Amino acid sequence: MIPSDDHSKESTAVSTPNKTEQGSPAHEEAPDLSSLGAPKAEGEGHTIILDDLNAYYGKMQVLKHVTLTFPANEVTAIIGPSGSGKSTVVRCINRMHEEIPGAWAEGRVKLDELDVYDPEVDVTAVRRLIGMVFQKPNPFPTMSIFDNVAAGMRLTGTRGENLRERVHRALRAVGLWGEVKNRLDKPGIGLSGGQQQRLCIARTIAVEPEVILMDEPASALDPIATLKVEELIAELKQRYTIVIVTHNMQQAGRVSDTTAFMLDGELIEHAPTSELFTAPKDERTERYVTGKFG
Amino acid sequence: MTEIPRISAGRRRKDKFMRALLGVATAVALVPLVLIIYYLIYKGAGQWSGRFFTTDPNGNFLGYPGGIRSAILGTVEIVALATAISVPLGIGVALYLVEYGKKSLFANVIRYFVDVMTGVPSIVFGLFIYIVLIVSHVGGNFTGWKGSVALALLMLPIVARSAEVVLNLVPTDLREAALALGAPRWRVVTRVVLPTAASGLVTGSLLAIARGAGETAPLLFTVGVANGLTFNLSQQMNTLPTQIFTDVTSPRDAIVARAWGAAVTLVAMILILNLIARAAQRRSRLA
Amino acid sequence: MEAHTPVSGGDRQALERSPLARLPDQIMKWGLLGVSVAVLALIAFFFIELIDQSSLAFNRFGVFGFVFHNRWIPSRLVFGAAAMLFGTAVTSAIALIIGVPVAVATALYLTELSPQRARVPLTILVDLLAAVPSVVYGLWGYLFLIPKLKPAEQWFADTFSFIPYVSGHVAGPSIFIAGLILAIMILPIVSAISREVISTVPSEHREAALALGATRWEMIRMAVLPYSRPGITGGAMLGLGRALGETIAVLLVIGDDPAISHFIFGQGYSLAAVIANEFGEGSNIPIYRSALLACGLVLFVLTLFVNGFARAYVLRGERRMFRHRGGHSGAIGGGEVEAAVGV
Repeated sequence: MIPSDDHSKESTAVSTPNKTEQGSPAHEEAPDLSSLGAPKAEGEGHTIILDDLNAYYGKMQVLKHVTLTFPANEVTAIIGPSGSGKSTVVRCINRMHEEIPGAWAEGRVKLDELDVYDPEVDVTAVRRLIGMVFQKPNPFPTMSIFDNVAAGMRLTGTRGENLRERVHRALRAVGLWGEVKNRLDKPGIGLSGGQQQRLCIARTIAVEPEVILMDEPASALDPIATLKVEELIAELKQRYTIVIVTHNMQQAGRVSDTTAFMLDGELIEHAPTSELFTAPKDERTERYVTGKFG
Repeated sequence: MTEIPRISAGRRRKDKFMRALLGVATAVALVPLVLIIYYLIYKGAGQWSGRFFTTDPNGNFLGYPGGIRSAILGTVEIVALATAISVPLGIGVALYLVEYGKKSLFANVIRYFVDVMTGVPSIVFGLFIYIVLIVSHVGGNFTGWKGSVALALLMLPIVARSAEVVLNLVPTDLREAALALGAPRWRVVTRVVLPTAASGLVTGSLLAIARGAGETAPLLFTVGVANGLTFNLSQQMNTLPTQIFTDVTSPRDAIVARAWGAAVTLVAMILILNLIARAAQRRSRLA
Repeated sequence: MEAHTPVSGGDRQALERSPLARLPDQIMKWGLLGVSVAVLALIAFFFIELIDQSSLAFNRFGVFGFVFHNRWIPSRLVFGAAAMLFGTAVTSAIALIIGVPVAVATALYLTELSPQRARVPLTILVDLLAAVPSVVYGLWGYLFLIPKLKPAEQWFADTFSFIPYVSGHVAGPSIFIAGLILAIMILPIVSAISREVISTVPSEHREAALALGATRWEMIRMAVLPYSRPGITGGAMLGLGRALGETIAVLLVIGDDPAISHFIFGQGYSLAAVIANEFGEGSNIPIYRSALLACGLVLFVLTLFVNGFARAYVLRGERRMFRHRGGHSGAIGGGEVEAAVGV
């Protein structure tokens, strides 16, 4: 039951009928985040700071003294070979790690001033502030497109016109609106893989989080869908702090501002992306980014 | 962001309430079990004595009404015969489905009918044997072996279905390795498949036996009721379920007490079978 | 056979096994096939025989008349089974209303909420309910439950007498108690199937709900229950099939009164109970025996229907799960679970 870090080895087929993206140039829809309000100004964003984070499955330690800062309104990528602990790191940030029986973590994970692991903190409430997008698109199978996006908001009692507004805004923000506006009541799983993933992103941003965690969000998607998601990430970072786990170094190079390299549960190095790839300081980083292993 | 975020008190309350409710429901579900076992032991275990197990019901109107010896032995005899019929046949059907029929239309038809048989009420099996064997006066009137046939009908689908599940768990590579060595199919089945699946097959059979031992309705139409001890399956015999059934409604306290004693004996036998079945399952070499 | 003779067309013969060596294989294959065919033939034969034996009663009273006429008077050899059908239906309905929610609740608790260490022992206990034979349930119901619940039932009947069907004098044996005992008897199987269904909900849906900030119960409501609905429905139907056919336990607690009661604590009858109860007297009188067997036929057809439906439902849920799990033999429709709880 331990999630493997190397998702590229798992079957990445998404169980939907063979649909391709509805993309003719005239149909292309860019993400439109304007309705989500103004982008964050300097000093307005939210930072995540990991301070001596250790994570375990029972007695086995999978994260060792990880200390790392994810700057506000930036995209930070975490790269590394399978088993390096990169998925575990993000799962510790929104405390999903402990949902697995026997799994636990200690250390500090601070969202701005707040330590997420503070015993006084309500885990459920924190997860609303830290959203997560998973590797395999997972819209709720029994819900319509509308209900999927509305799911999180309904939990806090959002209803009626207000709810409808926010669902439409979220769909516009991810660039799905044109494709689905006439079939909002159709099942969410009827969409193609790429559309489903954007639906999941819409679902996540609909609850207005401060940070978005993405665990290999495009690894199950075809290249066109991948590009759309990456384009979306570039837009999203103006309003959210984004952490993205990826096994694809080119992707890290394309979307991220800062990159962190992990190996065997330890943070080896982290630096502005271009620097990490062109002039890594650690020998292990250099071996990984030049493809000598992993 | 310095304040600690909270979810609404209403949501918290609902969550706590529903979780407690589910826990309470589980406790409620277990209350009957506790009550039954408690009363069985409380009212029934007291009946256990040497006399209880060594005498037969004597049908007297006064005094000690007799023990349950003939009932226990009758159950053992009838269920043993039923097992001898249903277990080999059930495993045979399962073997056919797994080794030869596989996914063919015919095999699926058989699977479907075996499934149907599991849903048939036990009384219907009793009626069936009654119609086929008793009305036609085949081999005497009510007899022990006819009860065995009725129970065998009831047990067969249980054995067949669990056996099919177990046989499917035998890895195909094992079979293929044996076949590749040149062994004919029947040898593969008897030397490789069956031994590997043995514990699972035993488990399934024991569970079927536990089920068969507790049935009353099929016996009412095939064996009838009797008091005396006999080892002759061509006669009417006593069994634990029918004994309990007739004793329950008696106006005499001593007989009702015997019913409790018989009931706790029957449940004990079934529980032991279940325990052995679980132990066999744990020792299984398969998943 | 020479070791180094090249195998050409003409030498193919040497590789074939002699017909005699292939015999055991053939015997096994055809033998097993024969057994399976025999099973099929048996069922068909049974059906035909049952219809034949019931025909006397159906001809005398008409099929419709027999099933829906409420007049069961053995002394005058007049038979209409409506009261039995009513009793079977009502007791089974009560069993579902009480038993299914509790069973699903236990399934949810055992798969989602209970502490890891308690899980296996508690599950074994719930499954143990299935090991108790029907006659023992009947005995317990007759000797313990009926006397113990009588005061409470009377209080209920008096306090809520304004609700239809609730007022009257409680004698002891009743339709309600029969329904209650049936609820207890179907609980293990509905719970076992529900547990199986719930545990196959993919974790990705659970995680999606939790990551959105859902509480545990909200996660169950959003991700687990909707997904499990077809499978749980199928399980409930299998429980219904079991309740319809239950004989001895019902017989001992329902009062054996061939009347359609307007009182939930009143007495009644069921198709299975009448057959078991009156067979002794009736088997020697052709029309009486035929009427009883006709009840058996109605019961048989009813259970076939319900079980057929149930399997279609469970299969539907199973097919959906196959897509996610990549196929796994003997899931819910398979014999393991049901054999374990003795269906």
